[in-house]
Amino acid sequence: MQDAKGPDQLFQRALAEGEILLPKCDDCGAYHFFPRVLCPHCHGAAISWKQATGKGRVYTTTVVRRSQNRGGDYNVCMVELQEGVRMMSRVEDIAPGEVAIDMAVTAFVGEAEGVPAVLFKPSEV
Amino acid sequence: MTTELRGKSAIVGTGHAGFGEAHGLTAYDVMAQSALAALGDAGLKLSDVDGLFCTMMEDSMPALMAAEYLGIQPRFIDGTMSGGSSFVNYLTSATMALDAGLCDVALIVYGSNQRTASGRLVTASRPPAYEAPYNPRYPISAYAMAAARHMHEYGTTREQLADVAVAARAWAQHNPEAFERGPLTREDVLGARMVGDPLTVRDCCLVTDGGGAIVMVRADRARDFPKVPVYVLGSATASSHRQISQMKDFTVTAARDSGARAFAAAGVTPADIQAVELYDAFTINTILFLEDLGFCAKGEGGAFVEGGRIAPGGVLPVNTNGGGLSCVHPGMYGIFTVIEAARQIRGDAPGIQSKDIDLALAHGNGGVLSSQVTAILGSQNTL
Repeated sequence: MQDAKGPDQLFQRALAEGEILLPKCDDCGAYHFFPRVLCPHCHGAAISWKQATGKGRVYTTTVVRRSQNRGGDYNVCMVELQEGVRMMSRVEDIAPGEVAIDMAVTAFVGEAEGVPAVLFKPSEV
Repeated sequence: MTTELRGKSAIVGTGHAGFGEAHGLTAYDVMAQSALAALGDAGLKLSDVDGLFCTMMEDSMPALMAAEYLGIQPRFIDGTMSGGSSFVNYLTSATMALDAGLCDVALIVYGSNQRTASGRLVTASRPPAYEAPYNPRYPISAYAMAAARHMHEYGTTREQLADVAVAARAWAQHNPEAFERGPLTREDVLGARMVGDPLTVRDCCLVTDGGGAIVMVRADRARDFPKVPVYVLGSATASSHRQISQMKDFTVTAARDSGARAFAAAGVTPADIQAVELYDAFTINTILFLEDLGFCAKGEGGAFVEGGRIAPGGVLPVNTNGGGLSCVHPGMYGIFTVIEAARQIRGDAPGIQSKDIDLALAHGNGGVLSSQVTAILGSQNTL
């Protein structure tokens, strides 16, 4: 991560190494996402990076309908992480239509559209 | 806009062109035809225009492209881009510019040929970096997720969403300018091809060509033109995000703020409004905006629209031209909410003309529920 400078670079570099880091404001203590050079809540500019717990719940979800010969249907959802931030993602290991609001999910680093990405699977209860 | 600007400007001309399919025409051709139609309606010429308010999806400097195409050198230009709400937003800046003497004849104009050019929504936006890897279908996935959350929190049903489309079609069936005028039932909507759960293709707006234009002047000379003037009583903007992943509450839009400010500026309440023209890109929009603008409580939008209550003969005339769902949707529909609201007040709406409309509301939406702009228009009686 030594060469990474900006917040987007730092996040992506960590992701490429299999880590999910979240920006957290030193002043107000709130997390935010997407990464940026200031806190969108209190506008403080001192930001630290914290390892994400990876625990979250589906806030809302949809199935993008696509023909079978183009790869079939897939899930797009918003996940609210325990840290209080939301990110767009998809839930894997389950049919796209089975993803439900409030479902407990766990993050992992996978690949989406050829780039490292945060993905989720249903949490084991 | 403050209440000091209430009634300071008036719409004296409206026009449109290229509704449906504008074969062989560019987006700028459609824009120019719309401008000529509105200026003809106002009894003015292009050479009278000295204020230009324009955005399009064709270019990063569409207002300059439009001025160049039209052969005019306006002394005031606003090309602020907030998506489909931009044209409602221009009511504010045009009123300010007119009131300040920065221009005397304001032309708000837009054109698109997206249907015949590509057959799909044309956008100049790049996919957001933190959303693109998940391949959401822009913009429907965003609205589908808003609909899903509204259904989860408030028990809104797919039937209620479908009734929004059915009501829009019922209005469109009386409007010879509307693109889709065939019969449409709740069952048709529910049984149509699912494109992004819970929305079927009939929950989505049309993809058409089309352009629109509005001519505005200061109120003190508004009665010197052929058509009955329509006054801008209040207009206000609000935005909550750009990317859908940044929307805080998927069931509450910034229309709550834009609406409250516009009503305050105009000095009226939702109960006073006689015709409501909302940007219905998807059926959930109509439900969200009726709630957020105060026509019903949060969560009650589904029941509010159910069973023809916003259709002809219902409790509130909503999207009386057929809306983006059935009349026209060239990509940025906002300008048509203003045109239909103005025509309802003038008494020359192309479809069902409600009787004695003095107050109408136009509401524009931009991005993915991102930008919300509300305008309240009134007749001479409301000044």
